[in-house]
This record gives sequence, structure tokens and C-alpha cells, in this order.
Amino acid sequence: MHLTLEFGGGLELLLEKSTKVHKVDVPPMDGEVKATMKGLLSWVKSNLIKERPEMFIKGDSVRPGVLVLINDCDWELCGGLDAELEDKDVVVFISTLHGG
Amino acid sequence: MPVQSTAAPARAGSRLCVRCGERKAALKRPKTLEQICRECFYIVFEDEIHRTIVDNNLFKAGERVAIGASGGKDSTVLAYVLSELNKRHNYGLDLFLLSIDEGITGYRDDSLETVKRNEIQYGLPLKIVSYKDLYDWTMDDIVKAIGLKNNCTFCGVFRRQALDRGAALLKVDKIVTGHNADDIAETVLLNILRGDIARLSRCTFITTGEDGPIPRCKPFKYTYEKEIVIYPLHDIFQSILRCIYSPNAYRGFAREFIKDLERMRPRAILDIITSGENFRISTTTRMPEQGTCERCGYISSQKLCKACVLLEGLNRGLPKLGIGRTAKSGAGADGNGERQGKRPERNRSSLHGKHGNLDF
Repeated sequence: MHLTLEFGGGLELLLEKSTKVHKVDVPPMDGEVKATMKGLLSWVKSNLIKERPEMFIKGDSVRPGVLVLINDCDWELCGGLDAELEDKDVVVFISTLHGG
Repeated sequence: MPVQSTAAPARAGSRLCVRCGERKAALKRPKTLEQICRECFYIVFEDEIHRTIVDNNLFKAGERVAIGASGGKDSTVLAYVLSELNKRHNYGLDLFLLSIDEGITGYRDDSLETVKRNEIQYGLPLKIVSYKDLYDWTMDDIVKAIGLKNNCTFCGVFRRQALDRGAALLKVDKIVTGHNADDIAETVLLNILRGDIARLSRCTFITTGEDGPIPRCKPFKYTYEKEIVIYPLHDIFQSILRCIYSPNAYRGFAREFIKDLERMRPRAILDIITSGENFRISTTTRMPEQGTCERCGYISSQKLCKACVLLEGLNRGLPKLGIGRTAKSGAGADGNGERQGKRPERNRSSLHGKHGNLDF
């Protein structure tokens, strides 16, 4: 499944070469019929985050203060961790924890 | 009327905006939990700030107002929204951007580029004042002299004063800063944690310093950080820079705690502000008396203001002067121990500058 992931607000610093936009191919998660945000987060944690994962993940969700948008829509409206993803979705992560 | 036929979990944007009932909802507002579309969000976001400005009489027609602009998200959105509202509602304000250059290579020089872009985009005149010009020290120099401990103290104290001095140069009547509801809730908690009663009682005021030369106000007092971040999403300034020197760990804990609370109950942020507003300080609590610094004339509750004490330490090669909770340096060292002993909380509290924002 092809996804475009964007990281902002300082989260890009946790990734290789601080790259903001990542076009990725995410394999189906074990035991999941459809890809969900929960599966994506664990994939991102193991495959993209290079340092300080605690700045991104807390428990099995994003750290509070990190905003998530799926196709420009607040993920809280899409089901949060249970939100289902489809091919070519754009998921944006923005941290609000870095001062203003 | 078309019906969403599937019972599956709501897919992105499958619900309609509660305000217009036409477009797909894109955001859940933390303040009200309403689900609204992007177009309606811009309208309510700007309208609420307009209401805050009007209800609190923040400005008078003809005033000159400096926007404390750090290049970060809050002040950038503030500069945009305020210049739009000024035109739309005829506030009659003369707006300026005021930035502080602390002299941190690779951090502030980059964010000042954002401010310079804002100057052009919004057509607002920009004034930059630097630590180098005001104090003859850059933060890079200070860190070289004192190391990475306590450098935030210098930065915070100097920044507060630099903003006032820049505002005086611009001859403005008021300074506005981009402090948002999350920042204020965080500051209420921090002041409780530090036992800083003087700051606790004033940190929720939407306007402060009305007795001083240049009052400051916070039009985003009731605006959630989440909405400030989402507001400019398609604009160019999504890169947020982090100061290279220090993380200010204690404030970080308070910040994370606030965000944890927000996830469980978004109203918590406004409720903490309400709690802060309604604290009544015991009449037997000693409060600092405001006076002026004998050396520079800046507002101070001690003989010398904190900036002068710190600067003296730097220039005499004693950078620890004025640092630490037991420090009775500067003003205290010159005598007047009686005034010092009366207000131990003042010494301690002024050591913590907010990191990243202008002012604290």
C-alpha cells in the first residue's frame, strides 16, 4: 500500500536526514485485514524513526501534542488508532511540543 | 438527502460540518468538540480572536502595536490574523513586527528569515533588536563563557527586556505576543509548582504591565495550540526550529502533562486557565514591590534589575552572579539585605525564562 507521510513541527528531526516527506510502501500488518493507523504507527516506529522514538510514540499511540491528519482531516474524526487507511492516502504528523 | 450507507468506522471526512451542514468535517475543535469543515474553521477561529479583542478592549483606534515575532508558529499566525482583523474590522491600528536576535547561529538567524518573509507578505514594518547591540553579548558568546547550564536564564531575562526596549524604539503603545491557551495553562501549573504567587496571580491576565511603560497583551489567550497549528497548514512556515542550546526540562514536563490532560479531556486547558484566574491570594502573602533598576531604569523589584546583575557578572568574568536560588548577588551584595530577605520567591522565579517563545 502506497502512502505519503509528512512530518513537521520538529518530528522530521527524528528521521534520517531530517526528511519531511516520505513516500512509502507499507506492507500489510500481521493479522490485520485492513491497514489501520495503529499498524502504521508501529511500522513508522520500526522503519522510519532513527532517534528518540519517545518524542513520537507514547504507548501504542502518538505522543499527546502530536497532531495527525489523514487526507487533510483530523484523525480524531476518522477513528484515531482504528482509522482505516487506503492506498495513496496522505498522513501528516505535526508536533506542537517545540515551543512557538 | 444522500445517506452514508456503510456502517463502517467513519472514513476521513464522511461526516458533515455541524456549522454549515454542507461540507465534510475536517477538524474536531478541542474547545467545543464540534466537528467542522476547514472553511468554517477559518471563520470561527478568526471570529473568536476578534471577540476576545473586542470583549477585553485590547486596543484603541490609532494605537501603534508591536507584534513580538519569533518566526515560530504562534507569532506568525498572530501577525497574519491581526493584520487581517485590523483591515476587516477597522481597528485603526498601526502594526509592526518586533523581533529579537539573540545571536544563536543556526537557530535565530533561520527563524528571522521567516519574520523577514512575513514583513513582505503582510506588509508590516519589521524591527530587529539584537542582544549584541543591547548588551554587547550574543547568546553564542554567553554560552562560550558560561557553558550550557543556566544559559536559558540569561536568554529569558535579556529577551524580556529586549522586547521592551525594541518597543520603545518603535514608539508603540502596546506589545502583543502569541502566547496561546496551552502556554498559559502550562504557566499556571509551573507557577503553582514553583510557589511563585506573584506570577500566578498575573499570568492569566490578558493584558499585563498596564502600570508600566508598555503594556503587553495576549490575543490568543483562549486559542488552542492545536488550532494554531492547523490554521496555516498549507502555508510555507511549517518548519519549526528548536533552540540548539537547551531544552528547559521542567517546563517540558508541565507541557507534556497539559497535553496528556488535553487528550483525555480537551476542556482541561481552559479549566486550568479559569482556575488560575480565580485564585485569591491570601492577604498575608508578601508580594514583590515594583520599583525601577538604579542602573538602567528598567522595572525591577530589586535595586538592580536581573539583566543588569547578569550583565555585570558576564562583564566581570563572574557569570554565576545572579544565578541560583540562593543568589543574593548584585543588589543583595551591594547591601540592602533587608529587602532581599523579604522576597525569596522573586529571586528564584525570575530564573526561568520560557524557551522558544518571546517573553515568558
